[in-house]
Amino acid sequence: MAGQVSLVQIRIMSIDELLEEFEDLLDWEEQCDFLIDLGFELPKFSADLKNEENIVKGCQSLVWLVAEPEVSDGVTVVCIRADSDSMIVRGLIAVLLAAYSEKTPQQILDLDIEALFQRMGLNQHLSSTRRNGLHGMVRRIRSIAASNCT
Amino acid sequence: MSRITPSSFDAESVRSQFPVLNRELKQGRPVFLDSAASAQKPSAVIAKEREVEEQYFANAYRGRYSFGARIDEELEASRKKIASFIGAASGSQIAFTAGTTLGLNQVAFGWGRSRLQPGDEVVITPMEHHANFVPWQQLVRETGATLKMLPLTADGRLDVTAFDDVITRRTKIVAVCTMSNVLGTVNPVSDLARRAHHVGAILVADGAQSVPHSPTDVLSDDVDFLVFSGHKIYGPTGVGVIYGRADRLEEIEPIVFGGHMISRVTMDDSEWADTPARLEAGTLPIVQAIALGTAIDWVNQTGLESIHAHEQSLLAEATRRLMEIPGMRIYGPSPQYKGAIIAFRVENLHPEDLAAMLDRRGVFTRHGHHCTMPLHELLGVTATTRASFAAYNTMEDVDKLVHAIQFAREKLRLV
Repeated sequence: MAGQVSLVQIRIMSIDELLEEFEDLLDWEEQCDFLIDLGFELPKFSADLKNEENIVKGCQSLVWLVAEPEVSDGVTVVCIRADSDSMIVRGLIAVLLAAYSEKTPQQILDLDIEALFQRMGLNQHLSSTRRNGLHGMVRRIRSIAASNCT
Repeated sequence: MSRITPSSFDAESVRSQFPVLNRELKQGRPVFLDSAASAQKPSAVIAKEREVEEQYFANAYRGRYSFGARIDEELEASRKKIASFIGAASGSQIAFTAGTTLGLNQVAFGWGRSRLQPGDEVVITPMEHHANFVPWQQLVRETGATLKMLPLTADGRLDVTAFDDVITRRTKIVAVCTMSNVLGTVNPVSDLARRAHHVGAILVADGAQSVPHSPTDVLSDDVDFLVFSGHKIYGPTGVGVIYGRADRLEEIEPIVFGGHMISRVTMDDSEWADTPARLEAGTLPIVQAIALGTAIDWVNQTGLESIHAHEQSLLAEATRRLMEIPGMRIYGPSPQYKGAIIAFRVENLHPEDLAAMLDRRGVFTRHGHHCTMPLHELLGVTATTRASFAAYNTMEDVDKLVHAIQFAREKLRLV
């Protein structure tokens, strides 16, 4: 389908690889550039996915997020895709996807995402509206995971 | 119009009086372009706050001891300075409040609640800050009156040709900002007051943006109420001012009740103190109200006319330089119709990304809807980036803003 994002494209980097690169960077300047690079690499949503239903509330930037359960080898995993009109937010989405995508609902619920944000220093460098937006995305992903928990 | 040329105003010397602006950041001295939200304070204001705290602090209008007497004296001196700064006849026409927001709520509900009826109209503009928008929206809902908007021209000025159609015999209150906090538009307050009075309405002016940047004369403008904040005029946060024409101020009913605002309280009833005390329930922001007087001294000594001329020259230069940037769109009229505020967007650059990249260059701007969601809806955007200028900004700041935007465009691959 035109505009459909393939899962292969999303599986750019595992969260461990991402963290390793991120932490090798000198300072927030370089880390911010890295997030922007991730943002540029993130596949874009087609116009039909940018609908009201997919909008994540609480973000000052527009964020659209789709998360669907998918059965792979008999195991239910949650496939997440998201897009934003802000390039830095797109970079943050790439971090969330690396952390959450292809995980089972239980793995998603067990993941301490706050510790990850802390480790990356995001709380310190993001504006409060951005932090709220990030937490809005996390809430959306967790609630989808919770409703697919068996 | 002031004839003072920018070169006669020593912005560097003004800037040197603001300690926070002389900090050395990794990127150099901060380029502070968010004074429309909150201005920085000169040493004189900080020193005054310290003086009050360290030498004679006490509660106001209560103690019969020397500290209390000194505080009362300082507060009254501050009232007088404020009155004379805006052209009011007497310090008793100045009520201290927490800021513009509370002041406008006091005027809206204290004056309007008992006077508005179904069929009456309140006229505001789409460029109002939420502080001069939401209280009226709530007041008309409560009283059954109607809220009407003065229309804007395409470039973001009030459409003067619509005044007579919108402000009619049904109008009881016209509430308008003297200067927009986004578009920068300076509104024709005296024309609006004349029209309002002609139909028997009052004129409420939200002076938060203009009072710090250009001379105010409540008598020649003939406004009924003027409200502004301390922290936008190089003074402390937590203090603001309600000016009222003497008879109008008497007409405001208190909406906050408690200590200091009464003359007598019995088991069954209470009587109010004289104006302005009856509008100042509870303990005042004492240190802040006194230091606001010092901030006004500072503006007077620096020269409000010179500050205005300097800021307008920064505005003209910044506008010219920004318009050279590809994809730049500035919201609001040309510099001759506005004060030193520039709200803008750069094509394909999200305002929050832009503000974040400017921050990396030590350039501090604001992004978002700037508490004017109805205006942004009208502009068809959810957010803008805003650079606002004050006495301490320099041409070097303008230069750094332009370079920082270029930096953002490069980083976000627009170049």
